[in-house]
Amino acid sequence: MLGDGILKGLAETAKNFAGSFVSKERMTTVEYPEERLPLPEAARNFPFLVYDGDDWEKGLRCVACQICEKECPPKCIYIEKSKDKKPDYVGKPQIYPAKFDIDISVCMSCQICVEVCPFEAIKMNTEFELATDDRFGGLLLDRKELARSNEYYHQIHPTEASEVDARLAEEKAKVEAKAKAAAEAAAAKAAAPPAAAAPATPIAKPAAPVEARPATAAKAAEVAKAPAAATAPVAPKPVPGTGSDGAASMTPEDKKAAETPAKTNEGEPKAQGEPKE
Amino acid sequence: MTERLDQIFVVLKHWLLGYLPESWQTPVGVVISVVCIIGLYPALFAITTVLERKGVGRMQNRLGPNRVGPYGILQPMADGIKSLTKEDIVPTSADAVVHFLAPVILVVTVFMGFAVLPMGRNMVLVDMDAGLLFYFAMGASTELSVFMAGWSSRNKYSLLGAMRAVAQMISYEVALLLSSVVIVMMTGSLSLVKIVEAQNHYSYGFPHWFIFTPWGLAAFIMYAIAGTAETNRSPFDLPEGESELVAGYHTEYSGFKFALFFLGEYVAMFSISGLGSTLFLGGWMAPFSGLQFIPSWIWFFGKLFVSMCVFIWLRGTLPRLRQDQLMNFAWKFVLPMCLLNLFVAGLWRFMGEGWLRWLVCSAILILAYVSLGREGMRRQKFGPRSYRYAE
Repeated sequence: MLGDGILKGLAETAKNFAGSFVSKERMTTVEYPEERLPLPEAARNFPFLVYDGDDWEKGLRCVACQICEKECPPKCIYIEKSKDKKPDYVGKPQIYPAKFDIDISVCMSCQICVEVCPFEAIKMNTEFELATDDRFGGLLLDRKELARSNEYYHQIHPTEASEVDARLAEEKAKVEAKAKAAAEAAAAKAAAPPAAAAPATPIAKPAAPVEARPATAAKAAEVAKAPAAATAPVAPKPVPGTGSDGAASMTPEDKKAAETPAKTNEGEPKAQGEPKE
Repeated sequence: MTERLDQIFVVLKHWLLGYLPESWQTPVGVVISVVCIIGLYPALFAITTVLERKGVGRMQNRLGPNRVGPYGILQPMADGIKSLTKEDIVPTSADAVVHFLAPVILVVTVFMGFAVLPMGRNMVLVDMDAGLLFYFAMGASTELSVFMAGWSSRNKYSLLGAMRAVAQMISYEVALLLSSVVIVMMTGSLSLVKIVEAQNHYSYGFPHWFIFTPWGLAAFIMYAIAGTAETNRSPFDLPEGESELVAGYHTEYSGFKFALFFLGEYVAMFSISGLGSTLFLGGWMAPFSGLQFIPSWIWFFGKLFVSMCVFIWLRGTLPRLRQDQLMNFAWKFVLPMCLLNLFVAGLWRFMGEGWLRWLVCSAILILAYVSLGREGMRRQKFGPRSYRYAE
């Protein structure tokens, strides 16, 4: 009969009207500024710089290698190297960025800078409330505005951050083991002048043609396990395979370059720490 | 006490007028009433807009406006300030005078309708003998303003919207009038006050509203349909169909002129609802004899509120009609039903008291409703389109 469809429709809207006051499932609205949904772990928008410890300036992982600056497709990163050096997380003196600017009005959130970074120094942030009334300066973030602690990184991307921490701890352990092995070898070789073998400085010498003997390397790895577990709070244990295989002789730079050979289209040698202009 | 509360506004007005000299009392009294009407209905309009937005939002499982003030109730103020401060743009090629006059005429004619509506016992601005006729005369001139707006804008969307509006309003004006004529046939008066008085008696506690008779119910349904179309409300809001005509006849209006159109539309809804409740729902009368202690004006505005809620409910439910559906519905269904209803009302009048007239009148109307609905509203089969090109 004419009009029964209208009545059915009216009943439907009445049901919706009444239901919206009663049932929580019906009202899917999240009243954003007051309440907000948790972001998914894979969320990302603009990059930030990770630092370890409490002091952002000291703890910055970035060594101003400028790989990200070169790889950035829209060229939104600007880096100026420092004149002096400061120790990195391993303890090796490194150049640090005197200036590190990202123009987030240009950035397209492609994450390539994160993928090419050999030092796990740049990661993607999830902050999205970046509106500003200053069109140019407000969207140009300097290194202080970009710096975020490792704890913050754990907060926003827990899985990824613990993986990174495990990897860094492993690399640090390797470097330490290698330094120890080198020192021991040096001590054994030059038994007469004992002053030469001073293992206090854990500086890795990647160019040194030292062949780590399996026995000593394994022993060194055993020793290095303790600090590695301490530095990686979330990682349960060091990644297996640390000990006697050939990879033990590789520096972190070598390993990273070996892992991502295709992404650095400028050639592997440049990935070795500080590329020459 | 209840008597005094019922007449509070009348008493208040007379008390105020008591301070004036004799010769001033009549004109000042009229001015006071007019100011009250002009102040009251825009206030109701403000409340209705936020009610509508929140109500329709709830029907769509949204919250609706909730930012301005507690629960968003101050939203109309924000809207009002916004529309007042907006730039008032008149297109260069528009006819500026007519463009300016159109919203003014709309608001003026819409408010004129309230002059004859009784809003409570003894609460009517002019108790005109031909009140209903005056009301429809004023209602018909809103079409003029709509067409003025569409024509003077010099915009094809405006013009199309205005053409649609005029076609629709004239078609449904006929149905609106014919469905009200039944009431005039029964009461023998065009005065709205007399029409309310005619319904003002109770048996077994229930009132004798015209809606509680077969012809009254049929006329009320036709009146509601025609009234919705007359005020350009959804589902008959083709003149301002946003999806195809930008905003219809007020495309080229901005700022306060647009707000006036908006106001005019809503006030027209109030006035159509007010007339509907006067004609069919007993105006300011209580729905049960036991509830007569509540002031009459509360009942009138309560009925107004309920009909506004129904308007909002319909808007949240029904999609917009197509132009041919709209016209078919007006001329093939509503108009024949109204004409038949005139006959049925006459039958009712001359069959005398008894159950027989209930049976006969209801049977005729239901039969007509079913068969007209089946035949007139049947889906038409169109063949493939054929085109004839100009040579």
